[in-house]
Amino acid sequence: MKYIDEFNDPDLARRLLDEIRATVTRPWALMEVCGGQTHSIIRHGIDQLLPDEVELIHGPGCPVCVTPLEMIDKALEIASRPEVVFCSFGDMLRVPGTGRDLFRVKGEGGDVRVVYSPLDALRLARRHPDREVVFFAIGFETTAPANAMAVHQARRLGVGNFSLLVSHVRVPPAVEAVMTAPACRVQGFLAAGHVCSVMGTAEYPDLAERHRVPIVVTGFEPLDILEGIRLAVHQLERGEHRVENAYARAVRPEGNPAALRMIEEVFEVTDRSWRGIGRIPASGWRLTDAYRAFDAEHRFDVTGIRTEEPAVCRSGEVLQGLIKPTECPAFGTDCTPRTPLGATMVSSEGACAAYYLYRRMDGPAPRGSRAPQEEMNPVG
Amino acid sequence: MAELADPSVLVDPANWTCPAPLRDQPIVVMGHGGGGTLSAELVEQVFTPAYGNATLAALGDSAVLDLGGARLAFSTDSYVVRPLFFPGGSLGDLAVNGTVNDLAMSGARPAHLSAAFVLEEGVEVAVVERIARALGQAAEAAGVTVVTGDTKVVEAGHGDGVYVTTAGIGLVPDGVDIRPQRARPGDAVIVSGPIGLHGVAIMSVREGLDFGVEVASDTAPLADLVAAVLAATADVHVLRDPTRGGLAASLNEIARASGTGVRLRERDVPVPEAVANACGFLGLDPLYVANEGRLVAFVPRPAADEVLAAMRAHPRGAGAVIVGECVAEHPGMVVVSTGLGGTRVVDMPLGEQLPRIC
Repeated sequence: MKYIDEFNDPDLARRLLDEIRATVTRPWALMEVCGGQTHSIIRHGIDQLLPDEVELIHGPGCPVCVTPLEMIDKALEIASRPEVVFCSFGDMLRVPGTGRDLFRVKGEGGDVRVVYSPLDALRLARRHPDREVVFFAIGFETTAPANAMAVHQARRLGVGNFSLLVSHVRVPPAVEAVMTAPACRVQGFLAAGHVCSVMGTAEYPDLAERHRVPIVVTGFEPLDILEGIRLAVHQLERGEHRVENAYARAVRPEGNPAALRMIEEVFEVTDRSWRGIGRIPASGWRLTDAYRAFDAEHRFDVTGIRTEEPAVCRSGEVLQGLIKPTECPAFGTDCTPRTPLGATMVSSEGACAAYYLYRRMDGPAPRGSRAPQEEMNPVG
Repeated sequence: MAELADPSVLVDPANWTCPAPLRDQPIVVMGHGGGGTLSAELVEQVFTPAYGNATLAALGDSAVLDLGGARLAFSTDSYVVRPLFFPGGSLGDLAVNGTVNDLAMSGARPAHLSAAFVLEEGVEVAVVERIARALGQAAEAAGVTVVTGDTKVVEAGHGDGVYVTTAGIGLVPDGVDIRPQRARPGDAVIVSGPIGLHGVAIMSVREGLDFGVEVASDTAPLADLVAAVLAATADVHVLRDPTRGGLAASLNEIARASGTGVRLRERDVPVPEAVANACGFLGLDPLYVANEGRLVAFVPRPAADEVLAAMRAHPRGAGAVIVGECVAEHPGMVVVSTGLGGTRVVDMPLGEQLPRIC
């Protein structure tokens, strides 16, 4: 595919790896913030190809993984109502709440649908005025503009049977939380290109300056990631800590003004809990008062649902880069994508799931499972 | 602006935790039909205890039975595809090709099918007629006859238009022993053509999904292609048609059944550009996307080139390539060498593949 294949070229990748090897003189720990980058790193085996000195720590940038249990429980409650069509991105369906997940609600008769855009959910609401259509608006800055646009259009068109269950999160406060944590080992960041294509880079120089860390904005293809690592290592070796843009084909310093205007009109900054991490100040968005009528939490009166997250797994340490997924005693034994103990094992963007799917040879052997006989083909 | 918490309150990593979620589903969820681990568990925990036997335990695409001196292959499959008609085929085509291919994967020459229709009240007879005609034409193309059948009607709202179940029988030639348990280290792994076309074709026409490119299903009968392979060498170890769960599920099944490892070279796996684009867009992996007209063959390395040539000489195998090999290392596991030179595990899918958020 144009602009994809070019960034997968093995010869150029080898050249970048050689440059990284030639530059590095001592150990450095870099954190890629975004789950999409974690997925790409593990899928292509990039971490295996890097020199030993360069360690990649997988950050808390998987929106599915960090959506708090309480919000999942609210989603389950709303999705169970007979008048509701509950629309979600696909990988949220398997994220466990207290006792069940959205797949289970669907199995029990709830109308739960996978959509690929919030605007699809809005279309559904217009086609079915007798139903309440709710879209589960999760994600980082990347998905916020489209979600904002959907609710903006709903208000403009007077679509009263559409609402959003909002659990948006923002990257910069998460970077701040990682850097201020007492056990922090992170010395440089790869910032998420898609987030910056919306927001621009203005939020990052202050973080780089105060915490004295290089922050390199980069993309998701292997060459993007390697170039981001090369620039970050180069800065670290020279004792620099600047914001650099290695993803200029998608990211402008000012971001996307139209998208920013839409976010500003619809959302306001709020505190948010992150699953496995805790409450991070100013780390999320919620609907402004002008759009409160489209807030599913209020419309379905689930604001009272409060869920404490019991401590049973070490995903918090994984999200902070203190341990690798394979160092968790439950990894690959008690905790698998089939039976996740933590949300990082659920989404394929989660660090534990990425390790389980792609890197299990390094950890404990999986439990054997026999092959199924072909029957009941859903697509055939 | 909303009231914000005191930023001086530190996030304490000692308290970073995660909740314990679901272990087992007490009710059937869609993933149970996805051809992955959930499907396997249903078979292991529900069906095998209820009526298991040595033949069923082999868990091949079809059962091979000694009956009156003949070696009979026998298989059944239900077809619940939505939409009923899609680019490249229809429910009728799948109902024939799916079962015929399951028979062919044991080396059998498919001979006869049954066809049972479950119809939902209110479905237009013209629709049933179109499906039946497609089924008849597909049977003729596959060289099989539909010799028995059944029709049931369920009340409106209790079905999804039309479901079809077919069962098929065929004869396995003497000297042919093809089953997943026979994979051996050193076998070449051959795929008969581009992968992922059926799954992407179906996704592209389902409600709300349009990639702007027409991708046609690869649904096709494969018995002739298998016959061509067997004419090149009778010593074929394994054949499998990678339907739901895709190439990844089939290779994992073979690795587990035989206790061997499988090593793939990502660069050699034939993924059409349209499939790669659709998968990139949806966050899916082409290795997990369904095929309905492809097979994967494990053959001893010395015979591989001859088998490859025989496949390529056949219209259904023109795009055949060697994509990897069977190895003694990492038994039960499928590993792929990435284009950049790294490696990753290709796991058995859990249930259905879920499109990622971003």
